[in-house]
Amino acid sequence: MNTNIIISGVGGQGILTIAAVLDTAALSENLNVKQSEVHGMSQRGGAVQSHVRISDKEIYSDLIPKEKADMILSVEPMELLRYLPYLKKDGWLITDSKPFENIFDYPKKDDVYKQIKTHKNHIIINATSQAKRIGNSKAANMVLLGAASTLLPIPEKSMTDAIKKLFQRKSEKIVKLNLEAFEKGKELAENFKDFVYRE
Amino acid sequence: MKNLVLGNEALAQGAIDAGLSGVYAYPGTPSTEITEYIQRSKTAKSLGIHSTWSVNEKTAMEAALGMSYTGKRSMVVMKHVGLNVASDVFMNMAVSGINGGLVVVVADDPSMHSSQNEQDSRFYGKFAQIPILEPSNQQDAYNMMHYAFDLSEEFQLPILLRMVTRLSHSRAGVVFKERRTQNGMQLPIDTKRFALIPAFARKQYQTLVSKKDLLIKSSELSKFNKLELKNSNLGIICSGIAHNYVMENIGEENNYSILKISQYPMPKDQIKALYDHCKMVLVVEEGYPFIEEILHDYFEENPKIIGKISGDLPFTGELTPNIVGKALGLTKDIDEEIPDVVSNRPPQLCDGCGHTDMFNAINELIPEIGDKNVFGDIGCYALGALPPLNTINTLIDMGASITMAKGAADGGMENAIAIIGDSTFTHSGMTGLLDAVYENTPITVIISDNSAVAMTGAQDSSALGRIKSICLGIGVDPKHFITVIPLRKNHDEIVEVLRKELNFKGVSVILAQRACVRIPSNKKEEIKQKIASIKN
Repeated sequence: MNTNIIISGVGGQGILTIAAVLDTAALSENLNVKQSEVHGMSQRGGAVQSHVRISDKEIYSDLIPKEKADMILSVEPMELLRYLPYLKKDGWLITDSKPFENIFDYPKKDDVYKQIKTHKNHIIINATSQAKRIGNSKAANMVLLGAASTLLPIPEKSMTDAIKKLFQRKSEKIVKLNLEAFEKGKELAENFKDFVYRE
Repeated sequence: MKNLVLGNEALAQGAIDAGLSGVYAYPGTPSTEITEYIQRSKTAKSLGIHSTWSVNEKTAMEAALGMSYTGKRSMVVMKHVGLNVASDVFMNMAVSGINGGLVVVVADDPSMHSSQNEQDSRFYGKFAQIPILEPSNQQDAYNMMHYAFDLSEEFQLPILLRMVTRLSHSRAGVVFKERRTQNGMQLPIDTKRFALIPAFARKQYQTLVSKKDLLIKSSELSKFNKLELKNSNLGIICSGIAHNYVMENIGEENNYSILKISQYPMPKDQIKALYDHCKMVLVVEEGYPFIEEILHDYFEENPKIIGKISGDLPFTGELTPNIVGKALGLTKDIDEEIPDVVSNRPPQLCDGCGHTDMFNAINELIPEIGDKNVFGDIGCYALGALPPLNTINTLIDMGASITMAKGAADGGMENAIAIIGDSTFTHSGMTGLLDAVYENTPITVIISDNSAVAMTGAQDSSALGRIKSICLGIGVDPKHFITVIPLRKNHDEIVEVLRKELNFKGVSVILAQRACVRIPSNKKEEIKQKIASIKN
């Protein structure tokens, strides 16, 4: 078993929490994990990514080689496309539809969605607004993880246990909110057919 | 049970478990999390391990040497360019030797993710003639700390432990071992070796040079250096994290002859054995072609040795599994490119950041003073060199804003402005300010004080609450030390202050004081109280 996931977004969007849940879940399954992350200057509103590698064998490289990622999981649609060279031919693209527009030359949104849709295996969901509906837009990352969960070789229970473990020190309420977000993401992915963009 | 930790955290836990008594450091990406981990560690706290930030890397290393002098184990941590700042004590403590084990941890930043160059610290280790260790994974980083302190105490030398960004900032499961106790206080039997007047220094330097063969022997016997001779077509020498990229490509079941180097000076015997066994030798290393150059020295300019110098691997930037795969002839070029629709997303100052207000004020005066007069420094405000601000023209090293502005003023520039952060000011700006005060050079220094070392994650700044008294103590005229609050509503006022001080033909300091927006509100309260207590 060998799974490579790139998590992408903009500094401050909570991609490391997704990575932490995956790492914790994988370790609890006695699997090996390597997970690289971005610290320092790029974190200030810039493009950030995390390479998560999970395997039952020894993992050497901290970085995923190009064309070896099984999935790109992005909290921002344009940032998803930045890592396309890493995706396997039959890999999955999963993203929030909500753009983070902190640059003056952000592309036309429709062009971004069109580009994503040229890949057969894609799931575009409105994770942020779903999370908001549940109680906090910050939980968008857990909606996305939920959407990705059915495509990952880690048992769902290990992931939800990891969510409990990681959010426990905040509060029971936050644990519940994130579990709900995870569940919602799963449901959205299962029912996903097509993403239609409306201006 | 494995512990999920960053390479930096593995190393920090390794140091605690190896009987560390104190860590000294100044924050700097990618090294910061090492010290932060020890600061957060309950074990470290209960053991009384020192972990407060130092003012700069030089003061940190000197303090670490002082702790070592008492017989205790100390560690000093910095990013690669920090070693430039500490190089004076670094070179000289190799000559004096140490007492308690002393490990110098330096994190290099190939690809310059958060740095102004990609210098390779291994050259410093060679320059100082001390052993260098280079872990290739998180478990290595943990295990090597114990070994590094032993090696340091065995040879009575500081040890350089080199990290790189990708290992510092990558997590994996690591097994921790039992902790050993700290050393007790035991002052040096002979203190003369620490008093490097020429007569003693010559003797000490002879002692250092005479250790060379023993250090090579130690590398040859090191459990961290491994030679495996198999197929003789292509031999591979790889070090540190480069080993991972080689293994990623060739897999466990391979037929290559490989020498993995994780301890320097280079293990001569193993290198010779690999060289004699193979038709070609590929050197894969992160950073400069350090090993490759030495091989060319051993075996003369030799077409049999390939790597970065031969152009088989790129000279600049960090390695990746794909780059290494290509050098091995195992991966083809990847056709898939980043789609054209994707725009660049460079880092930028946070919404509501006080630096932005300060830059906006300067920018308003640029039509009057010219657009080449602003000297910048290291910190978040370095982003003022990018659009949309485009305010600062220079960024060289910690503290250089003030001294470069001074030199430019000496050269005839009118309206030279230096902009520097609070922590960078106490790190290396104060001394330059004294130069300017001493000559009454006409410069305007803006200290953009956000009460934190913000870029690296808002660590405590030693400058907190002390900037005014430092500046006045250095001799800045109180009439030309002005405090402003960088907020949009104060824009006109700040522009006026700036215009007035630019017209003054002497040293002015404008302290722009507003806490970093990333500092949580409870911490802001703590900062306020701290400032108040300093004033009393």
